[in-house]
Amino acid sequence: MNRFDYIQPKTVKEAIAAASAPGSFYLAAGTNLLDLMKIGVSSPVRIIDITRLPGLDEISWLPDGGVRIGALVRNSDLAYDARFARTFPSVAEAVLSGASAQLRNAATVSGNLMQRTRCAYFQDLASACNRRQPFSGCDARGGESRLHAVLGWSEHCIATHPSDFCVPLVALDAVVELEGPDGVREIALDALHALPGTTPERETALQPGELILAVRLPAQSTVYASHARYLKLRERTSYAFALVSTAVALEVGGGAIRSARIALGGVAAKPWRAREAETSLENVAPTPEAFAKAAELALVDARPSGDNTFKIALARNIVARALALAHDGTPKDIPALPASPFFATVGTFHAG
Amino acid sequence: MSLSFSVTINGEVHAIDLDDPRVTLLDLLRERLALTGAKKGCDRGQCGACTVLVDGRRINSCLMLAASLDGSAVTTIEGLASGDVLHPVQAAFVEHDGFQCGFCTPGQIMSAVGLIAEGHAGDDPERIRELMSGNLCRCGAYKGIAEAVLDAQQAQKSGKRKDAA
Repeated sequence: MNRFDYIQPKTVKEAIAAASAPGSFYLAAGTNLLDLMKIGVSSPVRIIDITRLPGLDEISWLPDGGVRIGALVRNSDLAYDARFARTFPSVAEAVLSGASAQLRNAATVSGNLMQRTRCAYFQDLASACNRRQPFSGCDARGGESRLHAVLGWSEHCIATHPSDFCVPLVALDAVVELEGPDGVREIALDALHALPGTTPERETALQPGELILAVRLPAQSTVYASHARYLKLRERTSYAFALVSTAVALEVGGGAIRSARIALGGVAAKPWRAREAETSLENVAPTPEAFAKAAELALVDARPSGDNTFKIALARNIVARALALAHDGTPKDIPALPASPFFATVGTFHAG
Repeated sequence: MSLSFSVTINGEVHAIDLDDPRVTLLDLLRERLALTGAKKGCDRGQCGACTVLVDGRRINSCLMLAASLDGSAVTTIEGLASGDVLHPVQAAFVEHDGFQCGFCTPGQIMSAVGLIAEGHAGDDPERIRELMSGNLCRCGAYKGIAEAVLDAQQAQKSGKRKDAA
């Protein structure tokens, strides 16, 4: 790890001013950044520890029924907040399916959004990686690529975004509040993470010095509380990143689906919203055929980036399965193994 | 650059003066305060051997800069027992053979203490195994570990009931 200057600003304004120096990094819990510094992937000149900034660690319910989650709310505090878990159950389940209890106790909401890819070539300084070192190449192409992207990738980068939390957030139209040298603004979470294209080193839409203040979930998304699921397939059932995951949510009424929300994780450099698949479910009967068609549409543009054709079939199957489970209803309690398809005890369409 | 801060470790206030901001909580404990109970396994937050409590919550001390902890209270494995009397979780690990080589054990025990305090596992062994998944044991003592955690949790609960009565 290189040496760095460490500062702990008292206000958001101070933090943003300090971040104007080149090589500055904001540090929250550090569960990803410190790890990357130890292996030499991140080499900050200046660390701006934002964990003591006031007012960023609250979950606030808005007058219209939406919720504002402060950037420094810890993952476990969010997932175990009873009202939050009741109102946005798939988000709570996604959080609890990620990392370990120790990491969730430390890791923050904004840190989760800003975490970097777990691509092994990105983390290995001896490998070529356009994301880490522009124009150096991509050793993942033609390398060990079974975990890599099947949607939205380019010849320059096939890495995936590893977050579970972001998948239901993007499905439920989350908005990110930002503050930077030019003031405050907000963007859709769907617009925060960039696809690689020819510039994989540009990972997010954040401008230099911009700081995430909060994530908001809109009141309209509370209609999905009773029919929402997050399912995650992984190499082992706990403490592993997703091979593929999906967050789905249905608004059901009069025997039909009124509206649907579908997003996928582990398949692209960003949490992947499947809008065409959502539209296909509007005002149709909740049949296995309708769910299969939506799953087909969600992956229609998918193509393997290496040795990962299997992920496309897995993703398709898990979307159909999650839709069936969501239609049957959100479970009363989060299962013992969060997001595991092996613990999805309700829902019978897929098995039939 | 010098960083001065205060941190309470196992009930004792320490005034720390660091010459290097790179020092993690784990390095502070092991290299500067001679508290070598917390272990450095992977040093990347993957194995859980460095688990301690910060303000009552279990975390990976290898991924926390010591300088960020001004005013915090840290509990390590050295702070659990009362003299020669083992903490109930320590006693349960002995009782259930919850270890073989012992390297991961301080982290396992601190994680179990945190898990019980969090109170999300109920009496469900599956939930206990899931919530202990951040602690790896290469000897494979998981069966004894899960039994020890369940037993210690039940002992603490019945102990509390006695206190209440």
